[in-house]
Amino acid sequence: MDGTDVSMKDTTQQIRAIVREHARLSVEVDALADESDLYQAGMTSHASVNLMLALEDGFDIEFPERMLRRRAFESIAAIRAALDELLRGKPGSN
Amino acid sequence: MTNPTGSTVGTELRADLVGKAARIGAEVAGPAAGSVDREARFPSESFAALRREHMLAAFVPEELGGSGCSISDLSAICTTLGQSCASTAMVYAMHQIQVACMVRHGKSPFFRQYLTDLAGHEWLMASATTEIGVGGDVRTSICAVERAGGRFKLEKQAPVISYGLHSDAILVTARRAPDAAGSDQVIVLAPRANGTTLEQTSGWDTLGMRGTCSLGFTLRTEGAEDQILPQPYAEISAQTMLPFSHIVWTSLWLGIATDAVNRARTFIRAEARKKPGTTPPGSLRLAEVVTLLQTMRATVHDAVREYERIMDDTDALSSIGFAIRMNNLKVAASHLVVDVVARAMSICGIMGYKEDSKYSICRHLRDAYGASLMIANDRIYAANAALLLVHKDE
Repeated sequence: MDGTDVSMKDTTQQIRAIVREHARLSVEVDALADESDLYQAGMTSHASVNLMLALEDGFDIEFPERMLRRRAFESIAAIRAALDELLRGKPGSN
Repeated sequence: MTNPTGSTVGTELRADLVGKAARIGAEVAGPAAGSVDREARFPSESFAALRREHMLAAFVPEELGGSGCSISDLSAICTTLGQSCASTAMVYAMHQIQVACMVRHGKSPFFRQYLTDLAGHEWLMASATTEIGVGGDVRTSICAVERAGGRFKLEKQAPVISYGLHSDAILVTARRAPDAAGSDQVIVLAPRANGTTLEQTSGWDTLGMRGTCSLGFTLRTEGAEDQILPQPYAEISAQTMLPFSHIVWTSLWLGIATDAVNRARTFIRAEARKKPGTTPPGSLRLAEVVTLLQTMRATVHDAVREYERIMDDTDALSSIGFAIRMNNLKVAASHLVVDVVARAMSICGIMGYKEDSKYSICRHLRDAYGASLMIANDRIYAANAALLLVHKDE
């Protein structure tokens, strides 16, 4: 996957696809709003680590230590905000 | 207590509380430790004394009737009690973990009032976190809170509720609702005298930590909805229950190790007196074990300092790096306590191996093994192994 030059909407779609595959939710991702709490939707802390790894791989980024917080991964919108910050600093992105 | 340097009130409070713990240890808990261990009975006399000295409410804020002590004060108290009776120290530690969860996360009028009552009556808090069927994973529940009309009901199959029968109330983890995911948990307050029953399902005849009376029960409770702590358990666990547990447990293990080394030191000293001018052969072993004890003490105190520094920074408390370090504290100290105590026993030789000698290290060694077995290290290693995949040590 290459997330460096996709539109904002596609980034969210890509996050949703990764969440669907790795967050092991007890509900369908499509039923969740961007702001829904992923932990309440059944994501365990173990699954959240897998989600972080899959996001790092999918977007070719590394979350710095300061972002490795429960809150940074609590919703699709929160992940989106963290990724936006990281992708903005990446060469070739705009 | 007098304080010639005229330093802060906090220091005086610490000296006062630790002084009381030392007195209770020497006069009550220590003398009873042998019978508590042999009979696997609750250390009632220790807790009567702790109640008399208002020690159960030590962490309750002053405005609610407690002493308002710090986590480093509790750490020092647990180490002191651990030198006399590890079971007493463990029960005291577990009680303070529950109190801390309510102090730090029970900001509602109900919990403020409950803490005031707890301080007034010196109530003893137990906990029911593990559950039959979850394989020891406390961050998953099967049982669920059922709510209706401002009331709730809950039934939990708890393989262990330490000193459940001797407690005044129990904090119970459960799924937030019958349709909630296993990891979507809350904490419920279950007062023993009001709406809660315990039906015993297993006993507690173990190698060590016998006075904790960690029997299994079917717990049934019902009450008003405001007995449910408002914050999700995931946050309470990361910010308070986990770091608090690991700090107070390792503090009391440090107490076990300290007393074992003290016995070894006394033994070597007695040997030295028999042949003045010669160094007893065991003194090198003593020098070795003292370095390990110092490592253990530094490990515990470093964690206390870090937690105290970021205690009110919820963001820092939920970081992966902090979780890894608090897990490391527990596994490191649980290995060290067995190592230190076993070395102390070999220094004392047969006198350490005998239950009825004043140099006996038997109870210490049996209690020390509880550190890695009552709370399994492999689960903690597995958690860290996962966290290390994304952690960057910056």
